[in-house]
Amino acid sequence: MSTESIAWPSTTAASPSFVDRLHEWIVTVDHKRLGILYILYALIFLVIGGVEATVMRIQLIRPHNDFVTPEVFNRMFTMHGTTMIFFVAMPVLFGFANYLIPLMIGARDMAFPRLNAFGFWMTAFGGLLLYFSLVGANGLYGAGNAPDVGWFAYAPLTSQTFSAGHSTDFWTLALLVSGFGSISTAINIVATILCLRCPGMTLAKMPLFAWLNFVMAGLVILAVSPLTAAQIMLLLDRYLGAHFFDTQAGGSAVIWMHFFWIFGHPEVYVLVLPAFAFASEIIPVFSRKAIFGYPVMVGATVAIGFISMSVWAHHMFTVGMGANVNTFFVISTMAIAVPTGIKIFNWLATMWGGKIEFKTPMLFCIAFLFQFLIAGLTGVMMSAAPFDWQLGNSYFVVAHFHYVIVGGILFTLFAAFYYWFPKMSGKMYSEPLGKLHFWLFLTGFHLTFDFMHIPGLLGMPRRIYTYEPGRGWDRWNLVVTIGVFFQTAGILVFLGNLLRSYYRGKDAGSDPWDAWTLEWSTNSPPPAYNFAAIPTVKSRRPLWDLKHPDDPDWKYE
Amino acid sequence: MRSRGSTKWYVLGSQILVWGCNAATAFGDTTPSPTNIFAPVSTPAKSIFGLSLFVLAVTGAIFLVVFTLLLYSVVKFRKRKNDDGREPPQVYGSNQVELAWTVVPVLVVVALFMATARVIADVEKIARPDNAIEVVAIGHQFWWEYRYPALGVVTANELHVPVSDARHPTPTFIKLLSVDTDHSFWIPRLAGKTDLIPNHPNRMWIDPHETGVYLGQCAQYCGTQHAKMLLRVYVQSRADFDRWIQQQRQPAVLADAVSPGQRVFETTACLNCHTVAGTVANGRFGPDLTHLMSRDTIAAGAAKNTTETLRQWILNPAAIKPGSLMPAMQLGDQELDALTAYLETLR
Repeated sequence: MSTESIAWPSTTAASPSFVDRLHEWIVTVDHKRLGILYILYALIFLVIGGVEATVMRIQLIRPHNDFVTPEVFNRMFTMHGTTMIFFVAMPVLFGFANYLIPLMIGARDMAFPRLNAFGFWMTAFGGLLLYFSLVGANGLYGAGNAPDVGWFAYAPLTSQTFSAGHSTDFWTLALLVSGFGSISTAINIVATILCLRCPGMTLAKMPLFAWLNFVMAGLVILAVSPLTAAQIMLLLDRYLGAHFFDTQAGGSAVIWMHFFWIFGHPEVYVLVLPAFAFASEIIPVFSRKAIFGYPVMVGATVAIGFISMSVWAHHMFTVGMGANVNTFFVISTMAIAVPTGIKIFNWLATMWGGKIEFKTPMLFCIAFLFQFLIAGLTGVMMSAAPFDWQLGNSYFVVAHFHYVIVGGILFTLFAAFYYWFPKMSGKMYSEPLGKLHFWLFLTGFHLTFDFMHIPGLLGMPRRIYTYEPGRGWDRWNLVVTIGVFFQTAGILVFLGNLLRSYYRGKDAGSDPWDAWTLEWSTNSPPPAYNFAAIPTVKSRRPLWDLKHPDDPDWKYE
Repeated sequence: MRSRGSTKWYVLGSQILVWGCNAATAFGDTTPSPTNIFAPVSTPAKSIFGLSLFVLAVTGAIFLVVFTLLLYSVVKFRKRKNDDGREPPQVYGSNQVELAWTVVPVLVVVALFMATARVIADVEKIARPDNAIEVVAIGHQFWWEYRYPALGVVTANELHVPVSDARHPTPTFIKLLSVDTDHSFWIPRLAGKTDLIPNHPNRMWIDPHETGVYLGQCAQYCGTQHAKMLLRVYVQSRADFDRWIQQQRQPAVLADAVSPGQRVFETTACLNCHTVAGTVANGRFGPDLTHLMSRDTIAAGAAKNTTETLRQWILNPAAIKPGSLMPAMQLGDQELDALTAYLETLR
């Protein structure tokens, strides 16, 4: 689509037919096209997951509402969680990584282009498999149904006894298949960054974007593998009479929790490190300053990577692991706040003394800083295990992790969309529409997720399809639901802006932001080969050096 | 356990929080929330509350500092209208500054950790005193079974415990089991939640300081009707509690002749799942009904226990609680009336 105008050899006479173009996109191994496929695929699922969230919020708008049945509600939260994590957040972040990493490190493609295509299609088919359950999972309940075991699918609810039919199998297989896609993409990212950097780009001169995605990819390999193993064990339990999680036969429900969360918590960092990557590129450009404390930022990233592998059981403080185990996971969880805090301080220091331009990407990044600060602090609250005995599995937790995933990750993603849209499409987006999107979404976000903390403090557990009146939860839930409609309006403006700008936008030129990393040195959109000549760099900001030959960065690094 | 100074702060802090939460609740409802975690009445909940005040104070202070810095930079360093178009001075970092904002958070984390570790020990490393009431709580889809092994009582959905005052501390220790999926026992004003996991016995304890009914509900997704697996804890004076125990230990009070309703109960599927002590009904899949009429609610708190709801529940449980494992009994009007009348004799 957007790379249609790239410099194909001029011997091509007529523009190719629709079928030919479709064919090109389906068989492509170009990292930019695969990146865009990932992103478009994730946007479709973002809308689906958003509709599921809206259904839940309408059901919870007042106590004892009967908009949907409990069965439907339970499927909605299972599908919403699974979709948003595995088929929105991961693909869209992989999409940006795929598109940008080779451009940023001065390479012509990823290290393994065909593995790259394999990874995308595995993810794509995983998502289709999940939704095929709606027609294919004909078990005891008629034509088909979506899984309803929750996105963390605790045993023994997933056993044949409690989950008849095949909906759980579709869930298992969808994650298994897309998991292989994720692992292959992660291997590809690691290999690309280690092997394909352009001359002069040592590891210490890579853009932070590449560093953060490098650590993210390492975490994917470490975290998704245990999940994949657990899914296979679950299938063995369900069909081959194994008893890993079968509590009736001496299996352990707790071991599933460990398997799931040793995936599940690093997964949070798999999602948030790319968000940090966006912020680390966008904040400096719109503050007109180099990133503050590059080596410390890299160190903090690696530290987050390591510590994040040792915090998983803070999801299990109420499981009865004993005082000593709980205490260990308190300290490991609190420890991760230190490198994360360092990052926030460094971003602030980058803005300090700069000349901040409030373009749409920067607005989203500033809101991200504010929201991620709060998300981090509510995280610290829950890392205090006894406090978590009250807050865990309540709406406070739901508010907390949506603050991370929406307030942190989705906000930086929107920043990334607006920041790199000119590069990917060659067209400039509409700034007024971008700002409208920002303010609508900001309003909706805060209406929904600020007020969602309160019913949690007042004892409202998550995953309930309805609730009792007289608990002090009613009005809060009403406000939370109202916020959803502002968010929906924001998303519609966003999609409209992308479409409108793609067809009618002004030409963006190769470097609309006066930025400093290599992707801005080539055409917008970049040609299939990315760079006519492989660049050579001397500092972390090669384009700064080019624009300021009198005062280049490499003198100071 | 606490020094005087910290007690004062504790009281002040709790006043502010209770006031804040009541103000917040007033927006939603006129009555204060019965499940507010900041209105504790039992030692575990109070310990957690004390810790939460400390954590809230620390995180609140961090928020104020960082938010002020963010706001200041955004306002102070915005690009001005009359900008000269030159790049600002490039600063690449500073080891001293980086060191400062590494060391200070480390110290904060150490302080938070020490406070947290102490409360974990306070709540989890407690031996059961000899005079404690012992209860076994068993999670079922979607109701609670309570057994008092030392007192010979079995009941369902409404837990009765004695009040524990400073002069006669009588804590209740609850052993948590599950017969099917995971559940979680959460009465916010009495204690934090603890999960009920099959094949993984847990325990928790409470020592409520005030009599009254405390509410909560299952806090771990356990299947279709997770939402209506409600918890009710009746905290009674010691005399009332002893009276309740005496009454629960009696077998069902029965008329001399078998009533038509009892015949329905004992000739249909009812007795497969329910127990009525002193009769042939000894099923254990559903709640024990020996003293059904001593309870305020049915269906794990989903409905008030009245003739009308009882009748409706037997006729069609899904009308009150869709997904409940109790089947609709397909009885005629006459049988239904007789059965309801029989159940109402189970006091």
